[in-house]
Amino acid sequence: MSYTGVTPSARSRGMVRESRHLLFTVAPGATWIIIFLVLPSAYLMGVAFMSNGTYGLPEMPLSLESFRRLAGFGFLGWSPGNLYTLFRSLWQTLVSTGLVVIVAYPIAYYITTCREKWRPIMLLLVVVPSWTNQVIRTFGWMNLLAPGTPLSSLAEGLGFIPPNMGLYPSNFAVTLGLVYNFLPFMVLPLYAAFEKLDTAQVEAAQDLFASPVRAFWHAVFPQTLPGLLAGIVLVAIPAFGMYVIPELLGGGKGMMLGNLVAMQFSGGANWPLGAAGAILMLIATFVGLFAMRRIGKRLGGGEEVVI
Amino acid sequence: MSDSFTAEVTESADASSALDAGEPRRQASSIEMQGLHKRFGADTVALNGVDLTIEAGEFFTLLGPSGCGKTTLLRILAGLEDADDGELSIGGRTITEVPPHQRSVNTVFQSYALFPHLSVRDNLAFGLKMRGLPAAERDARVARIAEFIKLGDLVDRRVEQLSGGQRQRIALARALVCEPDVLLLDEPLSALDAGLRSQLQVELLRVQKRLGMTFVFVTHDQQEAMVMSDRIAVLNGGIIQQVGPPRDVYERPVNAFVARFMGHDNLFPITARQGDRLTTSLGELQAQSPGTGDLLLIRPETLDLLAGEVTGTNHLPARVSERLYRGSHAEYCLEIGDSTLQATLNNRGRHPPEVGDRVTVVVAPEDLVTLSE
Repeated sequence: MSYTGVTPSARSRGMVRESRHLLFTVAPGATWIIIFLVLPSAYLMGVAFMSNGTYGLPEMPLSLESFRRLAGFGFLGWSPGNLYTLFRSLWQTLVSTGLVVIVAYPIAYYITTCREKWRPIMLLLVVVPSWTNQVIRTFGWMNLLAPGTPLSSLAEGLGFIPPNMGLYPSNFAVTLGLVYNFLPFMVLPLYAAFEKLDTAQVEAAQDLFASPVRAFWHAVFPQTLPGLLAGIVLVAIPAFGMYVIPELLGGGKGMMLGNLVAMQFSGGANWPLGAAGAILMLIATFVGLFAMRRIGKRLGGGEEVVI
Repeated sequence: MSDSFTAEVTESADASSALDAGEPRRQASSIEMQGLHKRFGADTVALNGVDLTIEAGEFFTLLGPSGCGKTTLLRILAGLEDADDGELSIGGRTITEVPPHQRSVNTVFQSYALFPHLSVRDNLAFGLKMRGLPAAERDARVARIAEFIKLGDLVDRRVEQLSGGQRQRIALARALVCEPDVLLLDEPLSALDAGLRSQLQVELLRVQKRLGMTFVFVTHDQQEAMVMSDRIAVLNGGIIQQVGPPRDVYERPVNAFVARFMGHDNLFPITARQGDRLTTSLGELQAQSPGTGDLLLIRPETLDLLAGEVTGTNHLPARVSERLYRGSHAEYCLEIGDSTLQATLNNRGRHPPEVGDRVTVVVAPEDLVTLSE
């Protein structure tokens, strides 16, 4: 009966060997993920549904108190502070990601037009700043934007800010810090997308009656879309949860969700509330990713945009 | 063989009317070039004064080695490159300054340059969409061209699923569907293997004859140029060396470059001349109308070999030093004094000369031409 010439027992022995191979290859990664991702997340999830005890530590019984607090309901009635923080986070993410796209697109395109031997050097120049510690770079911006510095004086002179205020601390400083910090994460995937593009296609589009603008829109832009979407994901998700930059550049009115969460695990000391905030961030991120996938599928013309 | 040929011809008449149905096709257009110059950087001269007229409905080939300026000339016709100097008109209209998207000229690119993010159908419809044709008419014209080029179900595939030959035909269809005044083809067959290549040569030629469209074809392959073209322009160093029908360019090249590029090796400097009697290192030969050139060209296929030593006009004693058997014919290297002469002979039912044989080379006076260095 056996056409392949393999007896059933030999085949099942082969399958046993195969599943053993599978176990050896998958086990280390799976163990890592379980210990450092699944278990802590489950713990955090549990904490979010517990009561706030002494010193902010979680206590029984289970309650939804943390989520009520997160939505702004406190001892003194409802206050919009936390919702402001949430919307500020979303808004900062949106604006800074948008600005990163606008700045990165021409940079990535410019690098592809350079001579081949210069391209790795140009890419290196884009990436090198991110080799320095983020805190140090952010302190650098503090010094650049503080009151009395040339940039602040210029902004004062142009009437953008009141005298002696400085550009930092402010929401503007946070946006600037985010754009600066995440630029390489957009330039690299966009560059990869541009580099794959055959320049003859731009000429073909023009040859087929497309003006330069329409040639860009119909022949170039759709092909950079996978890179653009990958870049947006790489920028928007970490920006949404960013802690260091709003902490250092934002001041009291520049707080983002990441700072709110961090505060609950340190000074403010309310672990269940912090855990609830972390879950909110997770949900928002998943919603964002899902939306990107839908957009990618629709605009990508069927090309799978993997996120 | 002859059956399939007849079938081809009748069918072509049908397909041609299918493409013409509905709307009147544009008249084919002529192309006029005057004093075209183009430089890249300080010391690369791509075109150095090109004057050329391409007739309406002609299959015209720009032939030359890489870097001769043929592709630059094609790109100037497409508008993808601007000439530094000179005038260009198509169908009597000067278009030197017109950007590519406003020229009724379409190109089949060497790399095909199909859009990978679009389906084959959307690739075909791209030019029509950019021209603002309504969707219904786009669909109708895409369907018509798909039938004309016999694309079949390729239209519903994705570009990455296509083979090289299929991509080539899609690229051709994408340009033809726009019904341009002039179709430009930039080495469209160079990426294909030999068998597919000769098949597509025939197909391309058939399409051009049926549509009566002006085709400007760029290639570095002189065989391809001779098979396809009504006329050939041979370029070198940004200068047109010779323009003419394939037979003229091959049999009566005007200079040594054209002769060598067309595959001729038998070029001998003329050391003395008395009327129509020319002396070269081979000996004295009589030519019918030798012209005034200082090089003698002997085409290998015009030679005949006689066994042993025979005397007569244009009879040269020689020794066979090499023979390459090529099935239908054989190539011989013949030693005459210190010179070597190439001869090509059909392999017919006789005893062919062997290496080392003493033979007599015979050439007719009317087959000898001279040209200048």
